Amino acid sequence: MLEILGKTNFDFMGKRYLAFAFSGIMVLLGIVAIVQISRGAANLGIDFSGGTAVQLKFDQAIRIDEARKVLEANGLDNAELQEFGQDNKLLIRLKASTTIEEKIADRVVAVFAKEFPSNHFVVDSSTEIGPTIGRKLQEDALIAVVISFAGIILYVAARFELRFGIAAALATFHDVLAVLGAFYILDKEITLLVVTALLTLAGYSMTDTVVVFDRIRENLRMRRRESEETIINNAVNQVLSRTIVTSLTVVLVLIPLALAGGEVLHDFSLALLWGVIFGTYSSVFVASPLLLLWPGASGKMLKRSYPESRAR
Amino acid sequence: MKKVGGRLALLVLVVIASLIFFIPSYPPFYQALPGWLKQVLPSKGITLGLDLQGGIHLVMEVDEDRAIEIAVDRAVVSLQDVLVDKKIPVESVARTGPTQVTIQFQDAELKAQIQKLINDYPIFSETESAGSANRLVWELRESEAKRIKDSTINQALETIRNRIDQFGVAEPIVQRQGLKQIVVQLPGVKEPKRARDLIKETALLEFKMLDEDNQPKLDLPARIPKDSEAEILKQFEAKLPIGDQILFERGVDKDTGREYRVPYLVKKRVMLTGDVLSDAQVSIGQFNDPYVSMTFDSKGGQEFERITGDNIKKRMAVVLDNTIYSAPVIQDRITGGRAQITGTFSMQEANDLAIVLRAGALPAPLKIIQDLTVGPSLGKDSIEKGVQATLFAGAMVVVFMIVYYRMSGVIADFALVLNLLCLIGALSALNATLTLPGIAGIVLTIGMGVDSNVLIFERIREELRSGKGVRLAVNGGYDKALLTIVDSHVTTLITGVALFLFGTGPIKGFAVTLCLGIGINLFTALIGTKVIFDLLNQRQKVERLSI
Repeated sequence: MLEILGKTNFDFMGKRYLAFAFSGIMVLLGIVAIVQISRGAANLGIDFSGGTAVQLKFDQAIRIDEARKVLEANGLDNAELQEFGQDNKLLIRLKASTTIEEKIADRVVAVFAKEFPSNHFVVDSSTEIGPTIGRKLQEDALIAVVISFAGIILYVAARFELRFGIAAALATFHDVLAVLGAFYILDKEITLLVVTALLTLAGYSMTDTVVVFDRIRENLRMRRRESEETIINNAVNQVLSRTIVTSLTVVLVLIPLALAGGEVLHDFSLALLWGVIFGTYSSVFVASPLLLLWPGASGKMLKRSYPESRAR
Repeated sequence: MKKVGGRLALLVLVVIASLIFFIPSYPPFYQALPGWLKQVLPSKGITLGLDLQGGIHLVMEVDEDRAIEIAVDRAVVSLQDVLVDKKIPVESVARTGPTQVTIQFQDAELKAQIQKLINDYPIFSETESAGSANRLVWELRESEAKRIKDSTINQALETIRNRIDQFGVAEPIVQRQGLKQIVVQLPGVKEPKRARDLIKETALLEFKMLDEDNQPKLDLPARIPKDSEAEILKQFEAKLPIGDQILFERGVDKDTGREYRVPYLVKKRVMLTGDVLSDAQVSIGQFNDPYVSMTFDSKGGQEFERITGDNIKKRMAVVLDNTIYSAPVIQDRITGGRAQITGTFSMQEANDLAIVLRAGALPAPLKIIQDLTVGPSLGKDSIEKGVQATLFAGAMVVVFMIVYYRMSGVIADFALVLNLLCLIGALSALNATLTLPGIAGIVLTIGMGVDSNVLIFERIREELRSGKGVRLAVNGGYDKALLTIVDSHVTTLITGVALFLFGTGPIKGFAVTLCLGIGINLFTALIGTKVIFDLLNQRQKVERLSI
């Protein structure tokens, strides 16, 4: 029997204030990110802010500073350039929310065709999004976030106890905010796909939390005499290896996706990857200790709602 | 212990069904099948999203305000004609607001006579408070404005459909979205710019007379450089005779190859519009230059004959979207209902012009508010990379499971393959659209798919540790892990559904794969692997479990 961890007995609950401090900082970062997004000061993708993105694939390598110079000389200022080295690909993003009537994408293509006549290129993709669409997408994303969170809280509250639901939801919020904060600090672009990743990781990190909570619930019903802190700590230790292995399998698939899935999926898988790591951390260090902050009803409701399930 | 047979049969059935549904999604194999088999099999599998096969996705908004202005303008021109016909001398008839027409006249006695004309224009109502002894003000009725807006978008949809049909795209989507948006999806289009221009062009064809009496007085320059039209318009704005406008003809200098514009003084009055066309075709002229020949319907033909007969030796401009294509002198009355548009264009431009003329004009300009264009090479790239990443990710997980759980890991890997098979089969059966995020969803399903088995196996290990026999441990493991697995799947399913409801395009594709993946996951974990364990236990009494 190969095991990553044998029988462990870490004192996770004892470290809870340390964990709360660390998580507090990450959550704060995430909140700053949200404030900045709503102020329009964050690095929002053009699908939210409106603008133009053109991706060109050149025959020969092209230098970013030369490309920038050429664009500026032709009146296309504050373009954001990003290259994907191995394929001689260049991504040009212009966030100026001008009217789309100007066909900025066509202008960009014309500039490169004129200035680099010997370096042939093809247009891999071009995206132009008007500001009205961006606002609609922002609204839709927000609604999706609210609905999925409400759904998750209700479900977990119904299956466990209200405090489990709230703790799980807080932990999940924590994960999403932490990844968002990390994206904000690293000035990574927040696109529709990244938001999708955030929502997916919300669902996934909940999976992890449910595994731990399930064991806590089970133990709470069986061992009445120990203190709640011990019961929870033991439960976390008991399921620790499966918490780590389940996350590991997802990390194993996300790494190739981030490395070899192409530029479109890179940030998406990166957000998920961080999310899985934070999610694992939070199931152990955030969700479970949060239960201790709200004791009181311990076990009473559990007894009532699950009289028979583990009897087999 | 429960009987294995039924569940095993179900499993085999699901695998076979998945394979059958998957076949059309893999064209090289599907095409090689004999005809009779193809008839029995489903004909449609997974469609590739625009991001994987290339193409354009456009969201356009109809400029409704402009549509209303155009309708009012038309009424103004027709009213001007009526006033001329009835010999009622007025100072001016003009649109003085988006929906307002003002008629000025000197002789106050004419007022009653003009007032009566409103009966012929029921779309207007008189605003008495804004009028005076020498002025009448008409306002477009609100109900009419609403009707115009509504018919505008329907007409635009119709026109765009016509144009795309003639352009020839496989499986285009043209849909109305919300109140005033139109979504157009053209998968696999090779020339996105051409397609976009073809859709967007208003293609309003008009025949107007040049104002040759006043042109010499105005002293317009003979030729101006491209892009200086606005200056000329500004410069001559004040000097324009009433009812006239300046329009430009486009031309290319044969020696320098540079584009230039020729300004003309044109009467605003529209003699004839493209509505009366019954056909438009490309022909080749004597110098091998393409032109578009148009055929009028019978009413248009008669009208054209009358107009040309009345204006012999005068110049008539052929105007498309406010650009003059040619301004020939009418040599003779033109019978037979045919006319030509000549000008400097390429064969392809002539072709596209013929298409838009045949399909009809858009009732109002369209504004593109979202434009996603993906070249075919990127799509191919994405598929390759996606498949690579999927295989690589799959291999990592398969190896890990075998290393960590030995024989039981092999069973979990079997479930994983089953999972992928069912997922692809289900996507094919639903004719789902596979997008790049959708591929990511499949990869994620691989990672999450083994999770259920990890939970079960860890439980089984726990049971074994507590000293239970293999069969009891396996059954106990499954039973105890069941609720946890269901709970954890439902939470992910909730986000998946939220994404499906509020996501667009690629995101929706991701949500579909995610939700299907979760469902199938439950099936393979709870039935798929259990059947194998039960089979193992049934054959002989297993002393030790490799887990």
